[in-house]
Amino acid sequence: MSNSQANSAVYVRDAMLPAEHPPAMETGIIKWLRENLFSGPLNTILTLVGLVAIYSVLSGILPWLFRSVWVANSLGECRSIITATFGEGATGACWAVIRERWTQFIFGFYPSHLYWRPVLAFLLLLAALAPVLFTHLPRKSLWFSILYPALGFWLLWGGTIWIPVVAMAGFALGWLALRVLQPIGGTILATIAAVVVPILWWLLLAGPVAQQLQAILPIGIEAVRSDKFGGFVLAFTIGITGIAFSLPMGIILALGRRSDMLLVKALCVGFIEFIRGVPLITLLFTASLLLNYFLPPGTNFDIILRVIIMVTLFSAAYIAEVIRGGLAALPRGQYEAADALGLDYWKAQRLIIMPQALKISIPGIVSSFIGLFKDTTLVIFVGLLDPLKGITDAVRASIEWKGIYWEPYIFVGGIFFLICFSMSRYSMYLERKLQREHR
Amino acid sequence: MTTMTDAPKPGFRLSMLIYDTRYRSMTIQIVVLFLFMAGAAWLVDNTIKNLATLGKDFSFAFLWNRAGYDINQVLVAYTNDSTHGRALLIGLLNTLLVSAMGCVAATVIGIFVGVLRLSKNWLVARIMTVYVEVFRNVPVLLWILIALAIFTDVTPQPRDFRATDEMIAAGEAPKASMLLFDSVAITNRGTYVPEPLFSRSLGNIDIGIFLISIDLLAFLAAVIGGFLAYRAIGTHATKVQEATGVRPKTLWKSLLVTIVPPVAVLWALGFHLGYPELKGFNFTGGINISNALMALWLGLTLYTAAFIAEIVRAGIMAISKGQTEAAYALGLRPRRTMSLVILPQALRVIIPPLISQFLNLTKNSSLAIAVSYMDLRGTLGGITLNQTGKELECILLMMLIYLAISLMISAGMNVYNNAVRLKER
Repeated sequence: MSNSQANSAVYVRDAMLPAEHPPAMETGIIKWLRENLFSGPLNTILTLVGLVAIYSVLSGILPWLFRSVWVANSLGECRSIITATFGEGATGACWAVIRERWTQFIFGFYPSHLYWRPVLAFLLLLAALAPVLFTHLPRKSLWFSILYPALGFWLLWGGTIWIPVVAMAGFALGWLALRVLQPIGGTILATIAAVVVPILWWLLLAGPVAQQLQAILPIGIEAVRSDKFGGFVLAFTIGITGIAFSLPMGIILALGRRSDMLLVKALCVGFIEFIRGVPLITLLFTASLLLNYFLPPGTNFDIILRVIIMVTLFSAAYIAEVIRGGLAALPRGQYEAADALGLDYWKAQRLIIMPQALKISIPGIVSSFIGLFKDTTLVIFVGLLDPLKGITDAVRASIEWKGIYWEPYIFVGGIFFLICFSMSRYSMYLERKLQREHR
Repeated sequence: MTTMTDAPKPGFRLSMLIYDTRYRSMTIQIVVLFLFMAGAAWLVDNTIKNLATLGKDFSFAFLWNRAGYDINQVLVAYTNDSTHGRALLIGLLNTLLVSAMGCVAATVIGIFVGVLRLSKNWLVARIMTVYVEVFRNVPVLLWILIALAIFTDVTPQPRDFRATDEMIAAGEAPKASMLLFDSVAITNRGTYVPEPLFSRSLGNIDIGIFLISIDLLAFLAAVIGGFLAYRAIGTHATKVQEATGVRPKTLWKSLLVTIVPPVAVLWALGFHLGYPELKGFNFTGGINISNALMALWLGLTLYTAAFIAEIVRAGIMAISKGQTEAAYALGLRPRRTMSLVILPQALRVIIPPLISQFLNLTKNSSLAIAVSYMDLRGTLGGITLNQTGKELECILLMMLIYLAISLMISAGMNVYNNAVRLKER
């Protein structure tokens, strides 16, 4: 019997080798670069082109930004400071114009001793928006959000306190009518009353009542006329009001468009398609030039209010289409389930259809809002001082700042970017939060 | 013992109009109709009263009066002796011109950016993301104003293109030079590009409103004829493939029928380019595109391209990878996978929002007011309105024209949508 097996040397490793480091090309930053920037000839070319593009943009902008001047009284002074510091022919940014005139960009021609009022209105706006946007805040504070429109109006325009109070009283009266009539006359009668009573109140009684109250108890602050508004105060006033009113109106229009009632449907389709078919500028011109024809002789109401109405109608038509898309995306079974539960139309909409449809339409709705906010710059063409062109032109019209272009544009554009970008980020947050599917 | 009887049949009561779902919708519609008609009547009545107070009438006769103002950028013949109606036409054509230019350029840039944003290249994808976010989140008015500032302030004056005797002696180049082999000059007085000229021109035909060049028609006919022949070759190839299983090679034939006819027509008509030349203090020859048009075009293009890029990206991402894999499993090569499987599905997602972006661009072209480009709003809604004082007629007419453009494009879109819709249940 051979014992060769016993004699042959068998090597068995009894301890693990320490792990080798990966090759230098396959680790750390080199690996990342190889995978993400230089993975093939095409990618390498793209990367190089990208680098050249970045370099050419930055080499134009960075020196200009680097030679910024912050303190000067005029563009000429700016230029002489730059020449004195950096030599003949050097160009630089003159941010002194923003430093000198930033109040104008923010407040327009609002009286400077009353700046606290728009500021306070803005801070209160944030407080009013918080419980609407973030659902984990206490629900009680929603009452403040409901009262805010009247308060904001009063702070911005000033004048007697009784006009906003009386206007809000209309809503209270409607609610009262609903509550009182519901046990007596049934839901439908109560709903009709809840719509008709406030309208009658605003049309017939509100004016005289406000006058009487003002005569008895004169409470008020200094009034500010609409032509003093400008800059971002104007953009925010129009934008926020438009957003607040266009969403409910858009929902109603979308429901009307999907209604079984032929006439209601036809009216909604006609309205939506008309508004979506014409540029906003023509609607603004209608507001400024044609409303005088359409209203009873002698009526003349505020230009900002007219613009807000037009912007709201415009935005509502777009939102209606977005929501219609959301409604169409809902499976038919959801409607049938609501019917099977015996819910009536409005209950089904409120409890089952709308929460889902609105969730689907969030990205579209928010981009409509962003569009609306950006479109507030168009009010310049009906003579209101928007921050982008109106105020910039006004600043440039002064002798000190004649010929300045880039700095005001960059400043105003930057603020618009911040606001619109945060709105789109918020919509992404909301989408994620409302995500109910498990992927 | 009890007797079963039918429930008593109630007669019609007035409250059933509200409480009975059979009648309720009728009631609501009648109320809505009544309110709508009352509202409309109120508006019309107010308008009539207001017009009477102002001593104005409602008529479009002013469109046939002499306009008396000049327009710097015209596509068809126009002088200040022409009528307001003709000025309207000029404005409409200018609106369509800038919209068409913008749509084409925005689509090209948008597809380019959208595809690059999905690229595996980290740097390029980030650059494109920055581009999209910056351009989407700032008002288009700002981009138009910035483009105008670039074209009027940054671009050189025509005389900067001239090399003076001293500069030639010193061996210096002029301050500015023309682009693309000395054919395009971008100056602060407008951009000059070569114009197509025909030495054996066939002349123009007058279609009543404006002249149309027969040369252009002949060229278009040749292009369309070539395209139809290309389609016919493709159909024939498919037929042969279905009968024999082998697809005949069509590449050379296709190239021949698409390229030869237009080239032959151009050659027969004696086509050549008229280049802009510096004469005195300004350029002559070529086509002068005003800075207003260039600024409006650039601003609208860059803004809309950012939206189109997002649409293209979403469309490509909407097609699951399984589709490509399934096509490969069937043995399709990448090119045919793209044309037969991926594109038809991606286009179904992309086209509707793309068309609505085109509509948006067309409507945004009314921002021409910011750069004084004479589009529909500048002529009909601007100078004509101010000269005649016919606010009601001018603005209504302007709205109707924009509405007609939009509705025509939407109608076309609906036809397309129905054609490519998923045929389900």
